[in-house]
Amino acid sequence: MSSHETHESYYVPAQSKWPIIATLGMLFSVYGVGTWFNDMKADRADSNGPLIFFIGGLFLAYMLFGWFGNVIKESRSGMYSPQMDRSFRWGMSWFIFSEVMFFAAFFGVLFYVRTWAGPWLGGEGDKGVSNMLWPGFEYTWPLLNTPDPKLYPAPSGTISAWGLPLINTILLVTSSFTLTFAHHALRKNHRKPLTLWLALTVILGIAFLVLQVEEYIHAYTELGLTLGSGIYGATFFMLTGFHGAHVTLGALMLSIMLIRVIRGHFSPEQHFGFEAAAWYWHFVDVVWIGLFVFVYVL
Amino acid sequence: MSAVIDPGHAGHGHAGHDHHHGPAKGLMRWVLTTNHKDIGTMYLWFSFAMFLLGGSMAMVIRAELFQPGLQIVQPEFFNQMTTMHGLIMVFGAVMPAFVGLANWMIPLMIGAPDMALPRMNNFSFWLLPAAFGMLISTLFMEGGGPNFGWTFYAPLSTTYAPESVTFFIFAVHLMGISSIMGAINVVATILNLRAPGMTLMKMPLFVWTWLITAFLLIAVMPVLAGCVTMMLMDIHFGTSFFSAAGGGDPVLFQHVFWFFGHPEVYIMILPAFGAVSAIIPAFARKPLFGYTSMVYATASIAFLSFIVWAHHMFTVGIPLTGELFFMYATMLIAVPTGVKVFNWASTMWRGSMTFETPMLFSVAFVILFTIGGFSGLMLAIAPADFQYHDTYFVVAHFHYVLVPGAIFGIFASAYYWLPKWTGHMYDETLGKLHFWMSFIGMNMAFFPMHFVGLAGMPRRIPDYNMMFANFNMVSSIGAFMFGATQLLFLFIVIKCIRGGKPAAAKPWDGAEGLEWTVPSPAPYHTFTTPPEVK
Repeated sequence: MSSHETHESYYVPAQSKWPIIATLGMLFSVYGVGTWFNDMKADRADSNGPLIFFIGGLFLAYMLFGWFGNVIKESRSGMYSPQMDRSFRWGMSWFIFSEVMFFAAFFGVLFYVRTWAGPWLGGEGDKGVSNMLWPGFEYTWPLLNTPDPKLYPAPSGTISAWGLPLINTILLVTSSFTLTFAHHALRKNHRKPLTLWLALTVILGIAFLVLQVEEYIHAYTELGLTLGSGIYGATFFMLTGFHGAHVTLGALMLSIMLIRVIRGHFSPEQHFGFEAAAWYWHFVDVVWIGLFVFVYVL
Repeated sequence: MSAVIDPGHAGHGHAGHDHHHGPAKGLMRWVLTTNHKDIGTMYLWFSFAMFLLGGSMAMVIRAELFQPGLQIVQPEFFNQMTTMHGLIMVFGAVMPAFVGLANWMIPLMIGAPDMALPRMNNFSFWLLPAAFGMLISTLFMEGGGPNFGWTFYAPLSTTYAPESVTFFIFAVHLMGISSIMGAINVVATILNLRAPGMTLMKMPLFVWTWLITAFLLIAVMPVLAGCVTMMLMDIHFGTSFFSAAGGGDPVLFQHVFWFFGHPEVYIMILPAFGAVSAIIPAFARKPLFGYTSMVYATASIAFLSFIVWAHHMFTVGIPLTGELFFMYATMLIAVPTGVKVFNWASTMWRGSMTFETPMLFSVAFVILFTIGGFSGLMLAIAPADFQYHDTYFVVAHFHYVLVPGAIFGIFASAYYWLPKWTGHMYDETLGKLHFWMSFIGMNMAFFPMHFVGLAGMPRRIPDYNMMFANFNMVSSIGAFMFGATQLLFLFIVIKCIRGGKPAAAKPWDGAEGLEWTVPSPAPYHTFTTPPEVK
């Protein structure tokens, strides 16, 4: 339990406009996206979905700059007690746990399909009777033949683990190390190595993303491996795609930390913004290891 | 648990801290607020509005089922009513009500100045009107609103869904983000903002049950988000997660959904357990029997909730091993739940009991929730479930745990803490009338459903066999009575806010806890300096 002193100065902020702006931004974004998707599906021209989505995006960008700017200002003017710092730490930890569970849902789907649903459709196991739906369907993983190829044309091949994915693994694992070096430099207040290691981390992250895009282009144009190519493509793109989105977000967070470092923010004692971004980056790295093993290798 | 407070610290704060002012004026007070009491109040009013809206949909359903045959609505609209009734009650009425109670009471119970992350707290709230505005607007869209049941099984909700399903999916995303942020706030508040001396095992049970509920929320709301995201991809981008033609599996949808869905039912009941564990000792004038076992029982229920989900899927065609595992695991839940029921009964044993409205709702909670628990045990028996599945017996079961469980828990909490919120006592006579009308109405509505269910009446169908006519008419009359009675509750609350006998700081003899050490109504800022708990 914390001491009496740390409770005295718990910072309860005054009224704030950011929550309602964030809400409006989210509402417009999702309403715009929903309209857009529905209009695309129904082949309706002149959808106003993209415009609404764009307006929502502007709101969200304004909110992110404003809200985080606000928090940074408060933090730098010393309004946050050690107790407030702990609230942020708990908040970030549980946010990352919620992200873990989000990925767990997609990993769960992958395991379920590979362990049960797939073999059953192929006529094996407890519910092998499902094979009567598409008699003669043979289950393999990676799934290079779908039960109904007219609806879901199967891919002609899949991505080998030992090409780009291996390079990407090396890139991301290396970036976790460079980020840790940056953190050690920050703790010792060695600003120059801090800037360099952090910049290198961001560059490694961006390199990862470039290679990932390269891989997607290869899959779509040469292998016929698409979102619509059956359950292999669906799990492959959703898992790696959401991971890629998280790498993008993580790289963005680290870039902002880099700008703050260059502007002289953070002290060896107080730098939770940096640590939160680092936690997120390591989380993204661990998810990639899971992906590399279960999506690419096995 | 006892607390010694320096009275100067409990009231309106000290000069010199710029944030210790009273509430701002006008509408913007509510839009921009960071105050846990304002946000709690907004959550509670929002939830009550949704309760009335979801309730009116139930009235449409019961009006149609008053007699066999089709009288009032078309089957297509009936489906939208059952779907929206479930979604609005679960995500719009019950969950926000408990978050509202958490916002109001957790800081008061643990001696904290506010929630840990006050701005995010307001964000969590305002996402809900946005989400439900969008969800409700689907009813007016071409093709109608969601019509696939609140469990939105694929392929009903993908291949065969109306176009508005896209907005339903995004509404669920917004609700999920709101719940996750709210839960993170609760966890951070409880773990970090307790007053000195308030150890974990001295926390009131409402705080304990909410800590565990928040953990469940953070663990399963992202899985729901993943589930609806896969639906979105199947609908718009040609993936085959829930289509066997591409190697996926519609049963997979049910696994993912119920992995969220089963912990979800505990999310809706654990805070009620906590509230009742505060109210029964207060009106029995005895400390809660078995505090420690209550904590461990709650944690066990939460753990078990993760490994029982497929008991919702016994008839869908899962392997025998699965049926057996999920049957036995489900039955295990009866053990910690039984611990709780016996503890409540033992707390009342030889107590000096009085039966004010909160106590009436709490005692009814214990008895009727237990009935719902027993019908749950019947449903847990896999071979028997083959007979009960998708009948009105299931409807009777989950309404018995949700109406006299979750909803009565919320009513009990509202009456118990209204004096603290408003500074006035509510009208006890009207409160008792509200209780008895609700009690009779609710039992009349849902008890006959056990019989028609066991006799084979299927759920979610607007018409039925002549032989079910009498019981259904009784059900409908009970439902109308229960529904109308809730307008009385609205009247009682407004009356209490506008005036009434002034409430003392501790209006209930046997009540314990820090919330009763501050004046009634609770000042806008409380515990700006933490109390010392001994």
